[in-house]
Amino acid sequence: MSYNVAVCVKPVPDPKHYDKVTIDPVKKTITRTGIPTLVNPVDKSAIEAGLQLREHYGGSVIVVSMAPPNADEILREVLAMGADEAYLLSDRAFGGADTLATSYTLYHGLKKIEAAKGYSFDFILCGSESADGATAQVSSQLGEWLGYPHLWNVFELEGTPGKEGGGEKETFSMKTKMENGYMEWTAHIPLVLGVAREIRKPRFTSIMGIMKAKNKPLTVWGRADLDAAEDTYLGLKGSPTQPGEIFSPDLKRSGELFTGTPEAIVGRVVTVLRSNGVVIGG
Amino acid sequence: MSKKIWVHAEVVDDKIANVAFELLSKAHELAAAMGDGTEVEATLVGSGLEKEAARLAEWGAKTIYLADDPDLRMYSPLTFVPILAEVAATHRPDIYLFGATAIGSALGPAVAARLKTGTAAHCVDLRINEDKKLVALVPSFGGKVIGEILCPAQNPQMASIKPGIFTKKDPVPVPLRIEKLDSSVWKKLDTQGLKPVNVVRRPPQGLPLNEAEVVVCGGFGIGSQENWQLLEKLAQYLGGATACTRPAVDEGWSGEHCMVGTSGQSIRPKVYIGFGISGATHHICGMNESGIVISVNRDEEAPIFEVSDVRIVADVNSILPLLLDAVKPKASW
Repeated sequence: MSYNVAVCVKPVPDPKHYDKVTIDPVKKTITRTGIPTLVNPVDKSAIEAGLQLREHYGGSVIVVSMAPPNADEILREVLAMGADEAYLLSDRAFGGADTLATSYTLYHGLKKIEAAKGYSFDFILCGSESADGATAQVSSQLGEWLGYPHLWNVFELEGTPGKEGGGEKETFSMKTKMENGYMEWTAHIPLVLGVAREIRKPRFTSIMGIMKAKNKPLTVWGRADLDAAEDTYLGLKGSPTQPGEIFSPDLKRSGELFTGTPEAIVGRVVTVLRSNGVVIGG
Repeated sequence: MSKKIWVHAEVVDDKIANVAFELLSKAHELAAAMGDGTEVEATLVGSGLEKEAARLAEWGAKTIYLADDPDLRMYSPLTFVPILAEVAATHRPDIYLFGATAIGSALGPAVAARLKTGTAAHCVDLRINEDKKLVALVPSFGGKVIGEILCPAQNPQMASIKPGIFTKKDPVPVPLRIEKLDSSVWKKLDTQGLKPVNVVRRPPQGLPLNEAEVVVCGGFGIGSQENWQLLEKLAQYLGGATACTRPAVDEGWSGEHCMVGTSGQSIRPKVYIGFGISGATHHICGMNESGIVISVNRDEEAPIFEVSDVRIVADVNSILPLLLDAVKPKASW
């Protein structure tokens, strides 16, 4: 049995540079000048999981992203990893979306791809959270729009074949992260999974992969293409949450520099610890 | 009808998780700010929880909506989401709070999607504005930016909050009032597609990180597994716990269970001692509520120093062994 896999990805500003993010004091907008955009890191693990499902069972891996038009570069990168096709959902009407509106747009994108392909997706994979917004809400909400079972923070996924000829479906065993442990699950397709980076280690992109990616289909769809979607749930207007003020928290402490020999420094640290109620040498 | 603030009380190993009481404490603060006799209530889903429900009343949950069934002992989105969405649609709370735990982070937004309402994730604070609406403060870009999120036109206004963000205050007991939910709600559900099998706990050795008054934290600058052992020992000598940053997890010295920051835990110990930590915003976001912050890093430009009370510009190797020696328990003979 082969599986059709959709992987939802998000272009994000490189998390290594979040120290450079500032707020424009006049316009009250976030300035991220000079910070490169890349594929949300954990989304690469989702793609890898999709590619390995395809390698093991056959089928397809299709990448979907709701993003500004210039995200096509990022999608080429993902295609170079080995995905078959990419769809970019891009329109001003989608802008300013919160997680409910984002998941709604992705839902309609997926439905439209399914209609075009004449099949249904068996797995819809997302990274567990984005590096920038980090709400971790999209996979669960996408699962609800689709009406499919959904799990978040999945770090293991293994298939067990159903009985030969018995018409029994393959069972997938999964583990999700929990505080101080994990939870085990069994499931059948279709599934929506928000995956943790431990699920699979993303492969490196080969030169061959980059060459091939140039000729892979990358389709851009706008508002008009998602004809079944209702305006009530799209973009900023369709988002139940609305942003208010933004600010940079001032966490600065007027720290004292301890200098001198290591022995002298350690002596002062012990004094600080004692004066803060730490019992030492007891 | 008076307004209502709901808290979903998560159950861990058949006990109500601490975060529920933290959220109830905050809910009372919000209720006072909303005025007009705003009530605090709770939802509870699991198996054999009538006794546990009494603890929610001790913490001021006036009504406890309880779905109690052996079938509900383990979390599944196929049961918990429709149960909570239905009870919320019936009783229409104004605000509904979830712990941003492993389960709550999946459950909260799914319930919000069913109710077509908004939810703010991983809030660092909540308040009520002049329009009596919930304002959630949400970090983004690893905590570099804090944004207000409102849900002005829909109810419930939902939010998730990590354990340890709010402080569990004194209990405000009310008479126990349980409203049992009708099992027909979940008995009719098709749960074939996904089944919870087991919960495996691997409790870390020693003191839980969020209860420790002293936290010794190590980053990439720790440099080796051997130094990590010294760090563990230091925490032990000081009666505290060890924590780490993402690079220390990547190096394999420590595990994600004790990682502090936006994608890990939020801590507020009396004393935080950081070794070889550069101070990425992701990490600072999880430790800036600490009482006193002592940092050791050989790079004087390290951002961690900006948020430190004591700055020590030195190699970890020159300080850690000496400090360990200085705080070593004295032999008792």
